Amino acid sequence: MDYFTTNIDALHDQLVAGTITSADLTKDTLAKIAEIDPEIDAFLNLNDQAQAQAEAVDAAGINKDQPLSGIPVAIKDNIVTKDLTTTAASKMLENFVPIYDATVVEKLNAAGAINVGKLNMDEFAMGSSTENSAFKTTKNAWDHTKVPGGSSGGSAAAVASGQVLAALGTDTGGSIRQPAAFNGIVGFKPTYGRVSRWGLIAFGSSLDAIGTLTRSVKDSARVLNVIAGHDEKDSTSADFDVPDFTEKIGQSIKGMKIALPEEYLGEGVDPQIVAAIQKAADQFRALGATVDTVSLPHTKYAVPAYYIIASSEASSNLQRFDGIRYGFRAKDVKNLTDVYVRSRSEGFGPEVKRRIMLGTFSLSAGFYDAYFKKAAQVRTLITEDFNKVFENYDLVMGPTTPTTAFGIGEKVTDPLTMYMNDILTIPVNLAGLPAASIPAGFVDNMPVGLQLIAKHFDESTIYQAADAFESQNDYLDLIPGGAR
Amino acid sequence: MISKDSVAHVAELSRLAFSDAELDQFTNQLDDILNMVDQLETVDTTGVPATTQSIHLQNVMREDVAVNDTKTEDLFKNVPTSKGTLIQVPAIIDKEED
Repeated sequence: MDYFTTNIDALHDQLVAGTITSADLTKDTLAKIAEIDPEIDAFLNLNDQAQAQAEAVDAAGINKDQPLSGIPVAIKDNIVTKDLTTTAASKMLENFVPIYDATVVEKLNAAGAINVGKLNMDEFAMGSSTENSAFKTTKNAWDHTKVPGGSSGGSAAAVASGQVLAALGTDTGGSIRQPAAFNGIVGFKPTYGRVSRWGLIAFGSSLDAIGTLTRSVKDSARVLNVIAGHDEKDSTSADFDVPDFTEKIGQSIKGMKIALPEEYLGEGVDPQIVAAIQKAADQFRALGATVDTVSLPHTKYAVPAYYIIASSEASSNLQRFDGIRYGFRAKDVKNLTDVYVRSRSEGFGPEVKRRIMLGTFSLSAGFYDAYFKKAAQVRTLITEDFNKVFENYDLVMGPTTPTTAFGIGEKVTDPLTMYMNDILTIPVNLAGLPAASIPAGFVDNMPVGLQLIAKHFDESTIYQAADAFESQNDYLDLIPGGAR
Repeated sequence: MISKDSVAHVAELSRLAFSDAELDQFTNQLDDILNMVDQLETVDTTGVPATTQSIHLQNVMREDVAVNDTKTEDLFKNVPTSKGTLIQVPAIIDKEED
């Protein structure tokens, strides 16, 4: 099985026709992981029930109405999986075995997908390089001396290196789109509330979204079709009808109105990336869309507002890790306070502690108005910028990242430089919008991501434009290590 | 400039302990981050409401229906130390005090 030359629909046809079985596919996938992953280090933990589950799907019969039936996928390790260790890449949860499945995992299982394993990430999804994992350093699929991005770095590298066709990731400030861009694949962050967060280990609850990492645009829509929808267990999930996200794929984008914010091509963005995005704009024009320059004037305030809001929410969410009911507990403690303090101090890594500290500070007496409240007001202004543009446009386009993937070890000691790397993805989370990163060429042999952003709950328009763009280019024909 | 004492206070609120060297490092890093954040002061937010959630959902209400789908023994699978159906924790009274 070569995942570089197939897709979900093609495999589904073969499974339905009986020319392959889910058991064969799963066996091949596990063999591929055993062959490739020692170089990439994308997986934290394999599902030893995967083969049995595939056989059960074969025995029950491939569901011809369910494109994921019998198809192996992998899941970021901050999404809980029943009876399968889930660590969020933290020492705090090193031995944590969930007793229930996240809603997205339940939905994948019900669709007949086979979860082959759990993927590496920055600890508790805090980071942009996957270097904050307590367990291993994942490599970029295109250059093993470079980071895969983060926090869903394991998900992106596993898909880009051909180990699985699709993986779930999570995106709080760019954690699906940035690693997708760095690895030359499609990363899709749906509208806030489109996908249930039940069973997602919480980071920034007003920002977190579960989404997809795949090689192709249509594969992304196939997976989102399965995981989207209202969930009574997550009261922030939206009680709206879920369309078939493939509905506009293949339709012409003639007449589509696309906005290109001048701030997204400004200072700090690699000129070669700017050129790649301008080339993409020309391709959209050639397909009959209009692309106009617009302004999102509050863009530069997104990073500071985000780090206050996300860290404040994280400091609150991570209070639950106290060493009592589950998770890491420090040894030789003197009293109850000591259990809390020592368990947290020994169980959390430096970036997580930094965010807890920043968040606790921002919410503390005397600083709340100047920091948390101010950031929440600026968040409103950033959202209004988008609202104004969307009065006249269907999509916003721009680069996903200011640079291509950087070297392992290059930025990890400098938190502020690392934070600035998320400047183009963070505004979307603050506004709760859906957005994707899709392959848009290469700079110095490293992939470039094109970001497409739509109105709330208008994922289908992103898929339409992304598919039109994908069809015009042959970026999927290039694979890590050379042309396929 | 945030002081080392303030950082130590925040650490206490966060239930985190740091060595003196770590505290110095965190003070410098938090100071850098807060300097970056201080550019928010230049934004006029007079009369601007705060956003705390982005898709404007209203309160969600439902019937409170009791369900019995989690077994006590399952809940205890991840408890570090237990006795029967009780979670065992270290002595709450400080061993260093009488």
